[in-house]
Amino acid sequence: MDAEQTRAVLATMWRIRAFEERVGQLKRADEVHGLIHLSIGQEGVAAAVCGQLRTDDAVYSGHRAHGHALAKGAPMTRALAELMGRRDGLCRGMGGSMHLVDVEHGFLGATGVVGGNIPLALGTALALHAAGRDAVAVVFFGDGAVQAGLFAESVNLAALWRLPVLLVCENNGFAEFSPRSAHTPVERVRDVVAPYGLVGGTVDGNDVDAVWAAVAGLLPAVRAGEGPALLECLTHRLRGHYEGDPDRYREAVSSAEWRERDPIARLQRAATGDGRLDPDELPGFERTARDQVERAVLAARESPFPDAALAASLAYRR
Amino acid sequence: MSTHETTYIGAVMEAIDLEMARDERVLLLGQSVGGRPDDPFVQRYGENRVRVTPISETAEIGMAVGAALAGMRPVVDATMAEFLLVAMDQVVNEGNRFHHMSGGRVRVPMVLKAGYGFTAGWAGQHTGSIYGMFMGVPGLKVALPSTPADAKGLMASAIRDDNPVLFLHHYLLTLDRGEVPDGEHLVPFGQAVIRRPGADVTLVATGWTVPMALAAAATLAADGIEAEVIDPRTIAPLDTATVLASVRRTGRLVLVDQATRHASVSAVLAAEVAEAGFDALRAPIVQVTGLDAGIAYSRPMEEHVLPDEAKVVAAVRRVVEYSGTRV
Ligand SMILES: Cc1ncc(C[n+]2csc(CCOP(=O)(O)OP(=O)(O)O)c2C)c(N)n1
Ligand SMILES: [Mg+2]
Repeated sequence: MDAEQTRAVLATMWRIRAFEERVGQLKRADEVHGLIHLSIGQEGVAAAVCGQLRTDDAVYSGHRAHGHALAKGAPMTRALAELMGRRDGLCRGMGGSMHLVDVEHGFLGATGVVGGNIPLALGTALALHAAGRDAVAVVFFGDGAVQAGLFAESVNLAALWRLPVLLVCENNGFAEFSPRSAHTPVERVRDVVAPYGLVGGTVDGNDVDAVWAAVAGLLPAVRAGEGPALLECLTHRLRGHYEGDPDRYREAVSSAEWRERDPIARLQRAATGDGRLDPDELPGFERTARDQVERAVLAARESPFPDAALAASLAYRR
Repeated sequence: MSTHETTYIGAVMEAIDLEMARDERVLLLGQSVGGRPDDPFVQRYGENRVRVTPISETAEIGMAVGAALAGMRPVVDATMAEFLLVAMDQVVNEGNRFHHMSGGRVRVPMVLKAGYGFTAGWAGQHTGSIYGMFMGVPGLKVALPSTPADAKGLMASAIRDDNPVLFLHHYLLTLDRGEVPDGEHLVPFGQAVIRRPGADVTLVATGWTVPMALAAAATLAADGIEAEVIDPRTIAPLDTATVLASVRRTGRLVLVDQATRHASVSAVLAAEVAEAGFDALRAPIVQVTGLDAGIAYSRPMEEHVLPDEAKVVAAVRRVVEYSGTRV
């Protein structure tokens, strides 16, 4: 990443971090309801992947979707209004945290059913390809989704039909409350797909420069219709599985390790170390993001709740 | 009979515990089951009988069917009812079929435990009351407990049943407390219970709508309207006889159901009573159900699509005041 790209990626990561920390507070204050999964600690993957996509590239995500939506360009105010159940929300208050959709920015959507998004991305890739466009479909999913039957079905079909789809697995080592070792003897997701000949591989997902470089290496071939790719990003969620999770099933990460692993801190260290960024400009990223979130909270609070009858009238397209 | 107080979900787990102690063929499998060595079930019954599974619903449930065919009595904790949909073939076209297709030569004693109805902001994909998809499936039994005592007794009966049973516990009742019989406690399938007697109108409700119907009955009683509240407890088999007998006494029927109207217990009961109890009815049957729409996220919309106490009270008043035109 050059200096400008680094600034853009860092700004995105801070936007996600500030947004999600605030969402956690709003959840505890009951201004956001339902089930909330935060991606704090994993922001580097969303920022480095989406930072290289065009608006007409399609992105799908799952239950831990806020970061992907924001990184793809979803306006923060509308994302927050959605989580607060307001009329100006991305989905008019209909979907909430697990079902964000922002067609305008190519975020075709999040699904709360693990793995359910993978074939959807294949279908979008098929449609893009059929239309002769060079846009790609990207799907984010966790390591847990790899053990779902439709993962195998989808990888096979994507490889067979050489679909322009980039599969991005955020391998944070846990699915809900159990480690990957309790789910599969195959530690690395790249090994699961190896027989299908997918290009890609495994990177340290908290090393944002490495994620950026890997995506930059894969994307042109996917775009050119040479077939699908899978990028496995090893990462770590710093919060529980969901907001409210007592998080007793894994070793607490010490604060020193936390700083070591935090992708934001790591990128800031790397970029100031090699002179891409000036140490003086760092505080501005966080401040700008936090100010933006506060403005989004105020704006979302101003948005009224939707007319209740909408819930039934949207059952079918009329 | 001595009792103790516990939560609805605690009562479910108590029944599984007692049955696992009683019969070593009982297994417990699921994605959030026994993931660690200090899990009490793992400690008591070992890692062979208590297994955490990957997110592989099809294999997980299909494997339970196969284990049941081989003589085990697996309980699969599928977490949420919607996740069963991933494995629909195994649930409604494998496990339920083998006894029948084999001419009765094999049996599939298996329990699928899943929560449903979590209408607390879980939005489109985690909130359905989707038992309508299962209650008409031959070979599959479906239990919908509404109290801690029934949760315990129905789970114990489900595990001892020689058929596949879908045991659906309501997420909004999870931490509700109640008295539960100590030790062995079995609630038979296909036997409704009258939660509150009353002579003016019959109210039938399941799961989370049972406390709603009881609250409505209390409100109505203040105005001199006595509602009889019936909880079928299992919907396959479904005890229509108790409902019909009640309608013969009251002459009026209001059905309360959280499910979408056209895939509800209420629709089935309305049809049965219209056919077999027409002569006893003094007013049209009225259904207070979820709307035929998904569950919305935002609170006002979420409430809009669901039944509530006020809607039940209003329906009962319409039925009681019925004077020969339309309700
Ligand atoms: C089909 C299905 N089964 C189970 C669940 C419940 N569930 C929600 S998130 C989750 C774990 C997902 O793990 P992973 O894919 O690694 O993503 P992470 O939460 O680690 O980001 C599970 C089991 C679900 N949503 N969908
Ligand atoms: Mg994971």
